[in-house]
Amino acid sequence: MSNKSSYLFILFAVLIAFVVFSSEKEYFSLLREPMKLSLPKGFPTPAYNFQKNKLNAKVFNLGRQLFYDPILSADGSISCGSCHQQIAAFAHIDHALSHGIYGKIGKRNVPALQNLIWNTSYMWDGGVNNLEVQPINPITNPIEMNESLAHVVQKLNASVKYKTLFFKAYNDSLINSERLLKALAQFTGLLISADAKYDRVMAKADTFTTQEQQGFQLYKVKCANCHPAPLFTDNSMRNNGLPIDTALHDDGRATITHQSGDKNKFRVPSLRNCEMTYPYMHDGRFRKLKEVIAHYNNQSKMERNYDRSINKIGTLTAEEQQALVLFLKTLTDKTFLYDRRFADPNNQ
Amino acid sequence: MHRFLKLSAFTGAIGLLVVFYSFYLIKRPIRSNLRINIIHLVGNRELKLDSVTYHNGLNQAYTVSKFKYYLSNFELINSNHQAIPLGEYFLIDEEDPASKKIAIKNLPSGVYTGISFLIGVDSLHNCSGAQSGALDPINGMFWAWHTGYIFFKLEGKSTASKQAGGNFEWHIGGYQEPVNCIRKVNLNFKQKKSSSLDIDLDLVADINNLFTNPKVIDLANFSSVTGVEKATTIADQYSQLFYLR
Repeated sequence: MSNKSSYLFILFAVLIAFVVFSSEKEYFSLLREPMKLSLPKGFPTPAYNFQKNKLNAKVFNLGRQLFYDPILSADGSISCGSCHQQIAAFAHIDHALSHGIYGKIGKRNVPALQNLIWNTSYMWDGGVNNLEVQPINPITNPIEMNESLAHVVQKLNASVKYKTLFFKAYNDSLINSERLLKALAQFTGLLISADAKYDRVMAKADTFTTQEQQGFQLYKVKCANCHPAPLFTDNSMRNNGLPIDTALHDDGRATITHQSGDKNKFRVPSLRNCEMTYPYMHDGRFRKLKEVIAHYNNQSKMERNYDRSINKIGTLTAEEQQALVLFLKTLTDKTFLYDRRFADPNNQ
Repeated sequence: MHRFLKLSAFTGAIGLLVVFYSFYLIKRPIRSNLRINIIHLVGNRELKLDSVTYHNGLNQAYTVSKFKYYLSNFELINSNHQAIPLGEYFLIDEEDPASKKIAIKNLPSGVYTGISFLIGVDSLHNCSGAQSGALDPINGMFWAWHTGYIFFKLEGKSTASKQAGGNFEWHIGGYQEPVNCIRKVNLNFKQKKSSSLDIDLDLVADINNLFTNPKVIDLANFSSVTGVEKATTIADQYSQLFYLR
């Protein structure tokens, strides 16, 4: 009898611990009204706040439905989630260049979607200035979803499902592009990754192995200039020295500004979850992290106007390169990659 | 005696009320409206889309198929030279006659000597994310890949154009230096206007001005202006486009 009650006690304690533990990792709750975002410890003030797009579980849910619905594409064949997969931190695993409608291939590698509210610009060329208007690009791009925003609004208005979801979210049945885009922004804006092993080590709840620790020291000296913690990007546009791909001829930032000094500059991506976001670089030319490190390790082969802060890297030994890869893998955040609130609602 | 006091107190109170009410009537702000009738001309004639061939300052023949632009951030200038902001965003489209009659309700009271407004959309509203109404991106006046509104569109055909099909196309936008195409227009009224009455204005845009003032525009060199290059040149032209009739 006493044995049974002690089992019960242990079970209860485990449950309590689980609740306390999991609530610590939650930056928002869909069950609490009003919905509130608590930023991960040590993260800076976000560039996008939800002041004019009040967080609400029903709007978030609408955004999630839209994100996974091919209704956004011209022929109903692809959704945002087709190319932005949760297991890859919402990048496209194993695809170098983005795939679009009718099997078309795009010009750039699908970027991860994580910690977007801290971005000061969006897209590889930084051409987009606000999280809310970013989705207009894939929706209207002829080799991505090839749809018009007006027609998407029309299709949503004709859908009983969305009439209901918009009504639930906004308390009236108006469906317009502003509401569509704001709902998407609630979903994508809450894709927050800040619970990797690295974060737990920083919070003194875990420890690095010797090699991870060595990699961390190297990261701080060699990589943190452009990829500073906790976001692991400084949000800047830089030329990372990749030799120009003559088939793609992508001028990067210069396609936006038409300034020759911006040629071959691209947004510095975050290193978070990089174990899962392969292949790498704006054109997906590297399949493995060690190839990326090998690129930075050999400045003599770089495009001549490469960002000179790369010189800090100098030359890494094989052992150092391996340690660096092991450190980068501590940035993998399984809490984020398996958070059911971000999963396809149709597969649950 | 007692009754007399009571009566005079009563009439006094009524009298005071009457006095206060008449003060209120005099001081009460009268809510009048600003109504602007926008007129699109080419020279002396009303603009006709597609069907009429016009000639610019270099005698180059052209037709107009689209004429569409933003006017925003209206201000009235009072007799103390202060600008009284009225706000508002309007998308004017030759194809949509209703869009050429705009109104701003409930004017602040005052005597006004002129009006100002922006051609385009202020920088803040180019960075404000998803918006509706005049600023809804479905209106076809929004660049998705390089976020920002297209302030001004003029499209048509010209024998001078070097584009396919003889088309010419001006899509002008950009809210940041060095490509800032927002232009402020200041226009004086011929006579002072009081907000005690509705203010009615005829605002004229003469497309001929686009080709002649301040520069003479050669459609051979300006047949396609849709990005960063040459945009500010066209913006300077449209800054001189409007006048009050």
